[in-house]
Amino acid sequence: MSRELREADVAVVGGGLVGAAVAWGLARLGTRVVVLDEGDVAFRASRGNFALVWVQSKGLGMPEYAAWTKLSSDLWGQFARRLADETGLDVAFRRPGGFHLCLSEREVENRAAMLKRLHNQPGIVKYDYEMLDAAQVRAMLPQVGPEVAGASFCPLDGHVNSLRLLRALHAGMQQHGATYLADHVVERIEPRGGGFRLAIRCGEVRAGKIVLAAGNGNARLGPMVGLDVPVRPQRGQIIVTEKVAPFLDYPIVTIRQTDEGSVMIGDSVEEAGWDTTVGAGVVSAEAERAVRMFPHLARLNVVRTWAALRVMTPDGFPLYQQSVGSPGAFVATCHSGVTLAAVHALVLAPAIARGELPAEQYGAFSPRRFHVPATA
Amino acid sequence: MFRRLPDTDVPTIEVTIDGRGARVRAGDTVAAALISAGVLASRVADVSGAPRAPYCMMGVCFECLVTVDGVGNRQGCLVPVVPGMRIETQRGKREVDL
Repeated sequence: MSRELREADVAVVGGGLVGAAVAWGLARLGTRVVVLDEGDVAFRASRGNFALVWVQSKGLGMPEYAAWTKLSSDLWGQFARRLADETGLDVAFRRPGGFHLCLSEREVENRAAMLKRLHNQPGIVKYDYEMLDAAQVRAMLPQVGPEVAGASFCPLDGHVNSLRLLRALHAGMQQHGATYLADHVVERIEPRGGGFRLAIRCGEVRAGKIVLAAGNGNARLGPMVGLDVPVRPQRGQIIVTEKVAPFLDYPIVTIRQTDEGSVMIGDSVEEAGWDTTVGAGVVSAEAERAVRMFPHLARLNVVRTWAALRVMTPDGFPLYQQSVGSPGAFVATCHSGVTLAAVHALVLAPAIARGELPAEQYGAFSPRRFHVPATA
Repeated sequence: MFRRLPDTDVPTIEVTIDGRGARVRAGDTVAAALISAGVLASRVADVSGAPRAPYCMMGVCFECLVTVDGVGNRQGCLVPVVPGMRIETQRGKREVDL
């Protein structure tokens, strides 16, 4: 077999939602992009996620994350329109506002206190949200059950068809000339001659810049170019019902009806390493809470359950950095590849194309935050 | 399109298909009853709107979804007919009473 040799301006490692959004953003600027991806065996958060474009509750402990998330939510409409114009694929982005439902007064109090702390932070971006009592929730969501005690509502929250989003990004980046290569696991990366050499099993790719967007795989790849990427898998489990006629106009943080009619349920968080086993205990708990929120869900048939792995940093916030020791090597990783797809494509990709992540926008997201001494 | 094998006589029962009375064989599944009654499109797909018919007849493909006694999205090939059963070809998505 002949050895493969390719050259590109930018090699993006990872073809999930983060890598594909950055690759699309770069390719539409005229950058020659090659995307190196794993095959079907990859741990693919982009195919297992819950597909929310979610703002409320993001950024307690890092106000910059709240601003970055709001910016993405605000850009999402034009991002979806551009994808539709280019590819003909409607990713079904809707932003009707979203609910976090509470099933007891205690949950309502905890929720209100958490959001108050979030919005009291110095430098926090301003946006509307409100706490609703049970009667106010019922006025907007007449289907809720008697145990719903209140909710928080944020008009910036929405959702999307994330499988179609991944497909649209792939179609779009290839229309702009990007090369997508599945089954091209990157084994080694070596800085060479102001650029990079990426060794794959059957050859190599040379690129002026690289973007590590390999999710949990970034932990292995980062140190090859002087980047510390402390990410770990965190399991989430999801239930999907049969498709039914539309009944739910708003996404709930744990329940949403897709554009095609399925109901997705799930928000579990487990530290389980690389284990993607579905556990009856967790999905039962998810289903039980969902039925308390919307009693008629009890009559629906479940057609699928699955577990997928989030890409989690120690503090849960995204991580963007250009390597100091190997300039031109960037890492971009987060557990919000759907919500942040718009900023990854329309803001981060142009910054990478220019070769700089300005500190005022990206400084807070550097992995340096994990190495602050305990005492000053 | 389909013919019965010439086996022994089996008792028939009365059901309704889209509101009209029909005699079907006892022991048949809903999907088999629809096929033998000449109903070729047993549903209209919930997303594409395309007419669909029973395919695998063994519970795997979910093509034969019908409304049985008012409950939508039943797999016709897994539900045996019973006397008086109301079988409706399904138009689009299942409706769920709130």
